[in-house]
Amino acid sequence: MGKHKLENTLHQIKATGKPLFIPYMMAGDGGIDQINERINFLEECGASAIELGIPFSDPVADGPVIQDAGLRALKNGTTLKLVLEEVQKQKESRNIPIILMTYINPIWNYGYEQFAKDCDAAGVDGIIIPDIPMEEEEEIAAALSDQSIAFIRLAAMTSPDERLKKIAGMSEGFLYAVSVSGTTGERAQHEDSTINYLEKLTKLSPVPVLAGFGISNPDQAKSLAAYCDGVIVGSKIVHLFAEGNQTEIRELIGETIK
Amino acid sequence: MQTYTFPDESGKYGKFGGRYVPELLMPAVLELEKAYEAARKDPSFQEELNNYLTEYIGRTTPLYEAEQLSKHLGGPKIYLKREDLNHTGAHKINNTIGQALLTLRMGKKKVVAETGAGQHGVATATVCSLLGLECIVFMGDEDIKRQKLNVFRMELLGAKVVGVSQGSATLKDAVNEALRYWVNNVHDTHYIIGSVVGPHPFPRIVRDFQSVIGTETKQQSIEKQGKLPDAVVACVGGGSNAMGMFYPFVEDKEVALYGVEAAGKGVNTNEHAATLTGGSPGMLHGTFTYLLQDEAGQIQEAASISAGLDYPGIGPEHSHLHDTGRVTYPSITDEEALEAFQLLAKLEGIIPALESAHAVAYACKLAKEMSADQSLVICLSGRGDKDVEQVKAKLEEDSNGKA
Repeated sequence: MGKHKLENTLHQIKATGKPLFIPYMMAGDGGIDQINERINFLEECGASAIELGIPFSDPVADGPVIQDAGLRALKNGTTLKLVLEEVQKQKESRNIPIILMTYINPIWNYGYEQFAKDCDAAGVDGIIIPDIPMEEEEEIAAALSDQSIAFIRLAAMTSPDERLKKIAGMSEGFLYAVSVSGTTGERAQHEDSTINYLEKLTKLSPVPVLAGFGISNPDQAKSLAAYCDGVIVGSKIVHLFAEGNQTEIRELIGETIK
Repeated sequence: MQTYTFPDESGKYGKFGGRYVPELLMPAVLELEKAYEAARKDPSFQEELNNYLTEYIGRTTPLYEAEQLSKHLGGPKIYLKREDLNHTGAHKINNTIGQALLTLRMGKKKVVAETGAGQHGVATATVCSLLGLECIVFMGDEDIKRQKLNVFRMELLGAKVVGVSQGSATLKDAVNEALRYWVNNVHDTHYIIGSVVGPHPFPRIVRDFQSVIGTETKQQSIEKQGKLPDAVVACVGGGSNAMGMFYPFVEDKEVALYGVEAAGKGVNTNEHAATLTGGSPGMLHGTFTYLLQDEAGQIQEAASISAGLDYPGIGPEHSHLHDTGRVTYPSITDEEALEAFQLLAKLEGIIPALESAHAVAYACKLAKEMSADQSLVICLSGRGDKDVEQVKAKLEEDSNGKA
């Protein structure tokens, strides 16, 4: 379970030569009872792992689509505790790795050690925290490490090479390469510098590199995945779920990993 | 000897503060820290800043002896630190001029800011106009409705005002949008944050630029009465006027310091902004500090008659000074602030900002426990012209309700 499960799964998929695809879904958008159903659906579509977003009242790294989904989820009464309970229900039967994406404040209020223990109990394999740079990570990193949960770090296009090297060296499971200089949300295209950045990260990272932010169609996904190990798609998936357009989600994942 | 040395190298005030921001912003935050350190030690920067403070903003502001108010309360000698006499009518410009000069030093041409009532937005738009910087201000849609004139002021000064419809469409959401804008434009844009909040080094930079208030007050108090005041009172939302006033006094243990929070309709209701009285520690807008939040760590709405105090967080240094007991943080309700607003107008011919009226209201209570040989300074952080319409409507509503 945990870090090893995530690492092994990603390695096995990488060995087939296919790009990794991690969809992001907002937990509780559409109802808390939809969480497991949607996880199973995304697994069936060919996802490599699931990034499960925990809603937060003030998500500064997110664009409008994920902000709105978060507000809907909060209105549905979604809390970190309820999401963990829901995820735990399928712990034994589930194969696909689960990664939680949450801002730090809900974890702080939960208690770092209790959070890590409950993640382990629920079968959560990795954690992404967008507002914890390496300068502030010591306590939460120690709590996650005690339970062998992968602490996935984020690299940014603004980070100098020295920082990138450190971040890549610390990241567990994979390295999340934020591939725009901005917040989450669909972009028509990525800058040319994105490709150099992904190539650079792939060279210096001991773990797989996945590009995320701004990716919304199979062409974009494939063109970026050519320079790293795979992609994370968030806003587009969240948007399609909210529209009830699961057919297009299936196509998006299917086309990318074909 | 100086024994109070916060923040430490990691931007912490005891356990509070820090830099809880996305990696994307870390290089900008580190660059700002470096640029500020260099500017602080550069005599030419200080000279330029002082020149603007004197010639453009109109400092030194008076430490005015409020004889009528003192007589009325029958206790200590009361002084008002007249930050309301600054250009643009509040203390906010002490910070914006400093940060705008830093922006130029960093070679950036654009500035983003958030604003609640519009005071910080106007102060930012003003210095951007002066120094030729492009300026974009995020303001909640609800606040835009309440403060139409300030929106026009900012536009007149050449700023672009962008409405924020997310969340509760007030100050907290405007900060979120300003941060997001900064995330998307960090290569050419500086974020002039309006209070002693946000990631390190912002709380420190804003405090330092605002400490001209406390430094002048100390000197003026000695000139006028040969000693330091016995008590100093300032209002606290994010807490920039208070921090600027308190910081130079932190080591003068004989001076009692009071930061007055907004109790809104009462700290036992859901409608207040008294973060230290009714909140708990957590991370918001890049810093670890006391917040209004629920058990799951979701940030709650603040509420106060004063838009400038209407923020669910507080500067991390205030959290530290609260926990160490150096500063006392009482709170004042909307009703008490409204009374003080009218009292100062009638007794001294000074209409205070509703924010500052909270400090006046608490000073009135405190004065009752003090003696005639003591003195008390109130930081009059801004003037109340912006609030006159709102107060008129509120008083009419109240008297209709009673009739």
